[in-house]
Amino acid sequence: MSLISLKDVSFSYEGRMVLSGVSFELSDGDYLCVVGENGAGKSTLLKGLLGLKKPSGGQILFGDGLSNSEIGCLPQQTQTQRDFPASVWEVVLSGCLNRLSFFPFYRRKERERAEQAMEYLKITGLRKHCYRNLSGGQQQRTLLARALCATSKLLILDEPVSGLDPRAQLELYELVRELNRKLHITIIMVSHDVRQALPYANKVLHLAHKQLFFGGREEYLETELGKGFLKGGE
Amino acid sequence: MKTLLEMLSYPFLVRALIVGCLVSLCASLLGTSLVLKRYSMIGDGLSHVGFAALAIAYALNLAPMSLSIPVCVIAAFFLLQLEENAKIKGDAATALLCSGALAVGVMTISLTTGMNTDVCNYMFGSILAMSPSDVELSVVLSIIVLLLYLLFYPRIFAVTFDESFAKASGTNTRLYNMVIALLTAVTIVLGMRMMGTLLISSLIVFPSLTAMRICRTFRWTVLMSALFSLSGFLVGIILSYLYSIPTGASIVVIDILLFFFFSAVEMLRERK
Repeated sequence: MSLISLKDVSFSYEGRMVLSGVSFELSDGDYLCVVGENGAGKSTLLKGLLGLKKPSGGQILFGDGLSNSEIGCLPQQTQTQRDFPASVWEVVLSGCLNRLSFFPFYRRKERERAEQAMEYLKITGLRKHCYRNLSGGQQQRTLLARALCATSKLLILDEPVSGLDPRAQLELYELVRELNRKLHITIIMVSHDVRQALPYANKVLHLAHKQLFFGGREEYLETELGKGFLKGGE
Repeated sequence: MKTLLEMLSYPFLVRALIVGCLVSLCASLLGTSLVLKRYSMIGDGLSHVGFAALAIAYALNLAPMSLSIPVCVIAAFFLLQLEENAKIKGDAATALLCSGALAVGVMTISLTTGMNTDVCNYMFGSILAMSPSDVELSVVLSIIVLLLYLLFYPRIFAVTFDESFAKASGTNTRLYNMVIALLTAVTIVLGMRMMGTLLISSLIVFPSLTAMRICRTFRWTVLMSALFSLSGFLVGIILSYLYSIPTGASIVVIDILLFFFFSAVEMLRERK
């Protein structure tokens, strides 16, 4: 049974089609890298998966007991967050919100979950630090820990390494791989840095307003499309 | 101390103190979220709408509070709703609402009672003119606002910090934005009597901005902004009593002083 499956999904903004004919399936533990030029509809697809944007056609189905409130995401940072006075702990804990249902406050269960997520991402020591004073890499880890609180099945990452220095980029990729392997969390990642991101993935989705390719990574590297795209980045 | 006791011997001042403290608390708590969500101007927009509503209520001989609260709530929903599918952006919409409502209010007043001291009271506030029934309503409403804020605190934090994450992980962000809008609208209408249409947004903006100078966590920012707001109010009202200056204005002046003081503290700290 697949974790998530899309059937001929399309998206449009104000009647203008930006992405169409997307069909793919992911199963538990997959690591999908979404590639394509700027404006090819990558972010739109993510918004659709996260339920932030309604598809104008087709179906997005979640299986394996995944409800769409159980998706953790790492969105691109907003302006608001740069000067936000909040401690790492507060940010991470806020990822547990979807576990509260109607209870107004965080219980011990949620606190323990947040502690654990911080341990996975090795930020326990930053607990009391202020989010806005962290380095870019530390901020991303904090947000990743928050995402981990919200899900134990599917993580969606939108350009997670943009704005980070090379070393922090590498660390983040390694961390995400660890989450994928050790915790069996399915990953969907959008990245413009294909050569760095691809080696970690086992599936690739190439978009250019429509679906050009979906399949295994090895297969993708054999196609003209894959070769051309990788070269283009050089 | 003697002054304070003397002040407490006037029933109208006691009323003013009770309502003022409660409203300052509400405004500062909500203010933190509004400032961080980049909605600082919403206070201005709503208070002008409230002004128009008050003017119309007087003209039609209706109870002023019971008309202006629902009108402001509707306006607040409208403003927060705009963000998502906006042809006119939030700040432009606020500006439109501000001047539009003010024009309607002034027009109504000049057609009915004419420009008089009442208008001045609306504009710059007169906490001393509150009737006992106004006070009752204000106390009840502001306690409700405080309770709701506490009850929704984790959710308000999530929606303030990162709306799209909250929405993606299944939180009904729309609902909680509505809650924030509702609480803000009620707070503004309550505060208008004290601070006046033109000064109410300072009650929302100053304490939280001051708290953000020195605080590193959201919880402390909220708590400190409540503290700043309360102390600004108390010192302001005592000054206004001693030197017979308008209450609203003296509260704002104290807030400004606090803000500059803590900005300086922040600068010194960073230099170390």
